[in-house]
Amino acid sequence: MSEALLQVRGVAKSFGAIKALGPVDLDLGARERLGIIGPNGSGKTTLINCITGFFRPDRGTIVYKGEDITGEPAYIRARKGLARSFQIPRPFTGMTVLENLLVPMDYCIHASEKTERQRAEAVLQSVGLEGQRDALAETLSQLEQRKLELARALAANPQVLIADEAMAGLSNSEIDDILSLLFALNASGVAVIMIEHIMHAVMRFSQRVICLETGRIIAQAPPAEIVRNPKVQKAYFGEQAAHR
Amino acid sequence: MLPFTLIAAAIALGGLMLPQLIGNPYYFYAGYGVLQYVVIATGWNILGGGAGYTNFGASAFFGGGAYMAALLFKAFDAPLFVQILGAAAAGMLLGVITGYLTLRIQGVYFAIATVALVVMLDTVVQNTEYLGGASGLAVLAAPAPAWFGGQTQYVFCIMLGLACGAVVLARWVEVSWVGRGLRAIKASEPAAEACGVPTLKLKLFACALSGGVMAAAGAPYPTYSAYLDPVSAFNLTIGLNALAMPLIGGTRSWIGPVIGAVLLASVQQIATVTISSEFNILVVGVVLIAFVVAAPEGLLGLVHRSKRKLQPEFGKIDAQTRS
Repeated sequence: MSEALLQVRGVAKSFGAIKALGPVDLDLGARERLGIIGPNGSGKTTLINCITGFFRPDRGTIVYKGEDITGEPAYIRARKGLARSFQIPRPFTGMTVLENLLVPMDYCIHASEKTERQRAEAVLQSVGLEGQRDALAETLSQLEQRKLELARALAANPQVLIADEAMAGLSNSEIDDILSLLFALNASGVAVIMIEHIMHAVMRFSQRVICLETGRIIAQAPPAEIVRNPKVQKAYFGEQAAHR
Repeated sequence: MLPFTLIAAAIALGGLMLPQLIGNPYYFYAGYGVLQYVVIATGWNILGGGAGYTNFGASAFFGGGAYMAALLFKAFDAPLFVQILGAAAAGMLLGVITGYLTLRIQGVYFAIATVALVVMLDTVVQNTEYLGGASGLAVLAAPAPAWFGGQTQYVFCIMLGLACGAVVLARWVEVSWVGRGLRAIKASEPAAEACGVPTLKLKLFACALSGGVMAAAGAPYPTYSAYLDPVSAFNLTIGLNALAMPLIGGTRSWIGPVIGAVLLASVQQIATVTISSEFNILVVGVVLIAFVVAAPEGLLGLVHRSKRKLQPEFGKIDAQTRS
C-alpha cells in the first residue's frame, strides 16, 4: 500500500477546558476524494485548522508528503501544496478577481508576472469567472465568491484542497456547479477533502466519508455504508433513529 | 515602473534648476514644508493604507530621524546624505521593533504602541543632555553648495529628491507582489496566510519601509531649521497630518498621500502666514472629521465613485443614440 499523501496521527486540540478535537487519526491518499461530516461543533473545522496550520495541535503529528509539518506555519503549508477554502468566503476586497488570484501565485509559484497572469486567466476560465476578471471581488454574487475562493486555492497549484463548506447557502443548481468544479479538480490530480453539511453533495462526491462527533471519529466508510451506520444516525438524528 | 522612475528622477534633477530660477527663498521655505509632508504621508501610507495598520506615532519616526541626523552631525560631522541614510536605518529598525512587539496580535495594539513610542522617545531625548535635552540643540551645518544660493534652497532640493524617492518606492510597493500581499492582509489575514503570504514578515517589512521613509523625512530638518528640540520634533501636528493627508487624498494609491499632502500642507502654510500656526491643528481636525464623515475613501474615492455613477449614464446615451 503506497504511503498516504497526508497522515494525521493522534492530533488533539483543546481550548481551555473544552476538548474540541481528538485524538484523531486520518489518512488521505493521492487523488482521493474524502468527505468529512458531523454535527455542528463536532470538530471538523478545528481538524482542518490543525491540518492547515491555523491552530497548533496540543498533541499529535501531521505528516505531508513524508515530511512532518506539525510545527510549520500556515503560509509554509500553503506553499507546499496544502490549499484550503473558508466556510465564509474571504475575498480580498478592494482587489479585482484577477488580482485575487495573483496573490497566491506571487507567494506560492514565483513565476514572472506575465506567466502568472496567463495562469490566472486559465484558472478563471476553468471556474467560469473569466468574464469577471476586472470586477472588484466584493461585487461578486455568493456563488461567484465561492468560485473565487476555490479559484484562489487552485491558483497556488495545490496537491491537496480542503473545501470547507464550499456549498453552504447555495441552490441545488449552484451546488451542482461547485461539484463539477471539484470533480474536474480531482481529475486533474488534486486530492480533495470536502467538509459539508449538504449530505447529497458529500455522498455524490466522496470515495470515503469520515464522521466526527464531539471531536472524535465515530465512523469511516464509503458513502453507501456510512449512511446506514447506527453511530452516524444517532449523531444526526438521535437515539431513536439509530434503533429503527 | 521604469518610465515612472525616470519621470521621478527627472523631476528631482529638474528641481536642481529652481534655485537658479526663483530668487525669493520664502518659496523654498514653504515648499520644503509641503514636500516634507509628501514624504511623511507617503511613508505612513505604505503601512496604513497598504496593510490597514494605523500608525498614530509618525512624529516618533520623524523626530527620531531628526535626532539621529543631529547625533551623526554632532558626533561625526557627518554630511547630510549620511545623516539621511542613518536616519532611515534608525527608522527602519524602530519600525521593525515596534511591529515585532505588536503585530503578532491582531487588533489595535500596534496603534496603541505607536502612541507610546512618541512619549518614550520624547522622554529619552528630554533626558539626554548630549542631544540638548528639553532646551534643544543648535545645529550649525556646513554652508550649502554655492549653486543653491542658500541653505533653505539646498534642503528644499534634498527634500524634493526624498519626495520623488518616496513616491517611487510607494508605487513599486503598490504594483508589486509586496502591495498585493499587504492588500490581501488588509482584506483578510487568515485568507492571505492560506495563500502563502508570510503575514508577519510582510507586515514587518512594511513597518521597516514606512518607518525608514518617515525618519528620512526628519533627517534634513535640523539643517533646515538650524535648531532642534523635542517640542518641534515630536509635535502632535506631525502625527495628525500623517494620518489626515492620506485620508484626504485616498489611501488606496500612492498618489492619494501626495494629493492630500500638497492640499493640506499648502492650506496650513497659508494659514500660518495669514492667521497663526496654532490654527493649523484646527484646520487638520476639521478637515479630518469632514472627510471621515463625507468621503472616507478620500478625494480619489470621490472621483472613482463619480466615474461609476457616470458610466451607466453614458451607457444609456449610447443606447439611445443607436436606437
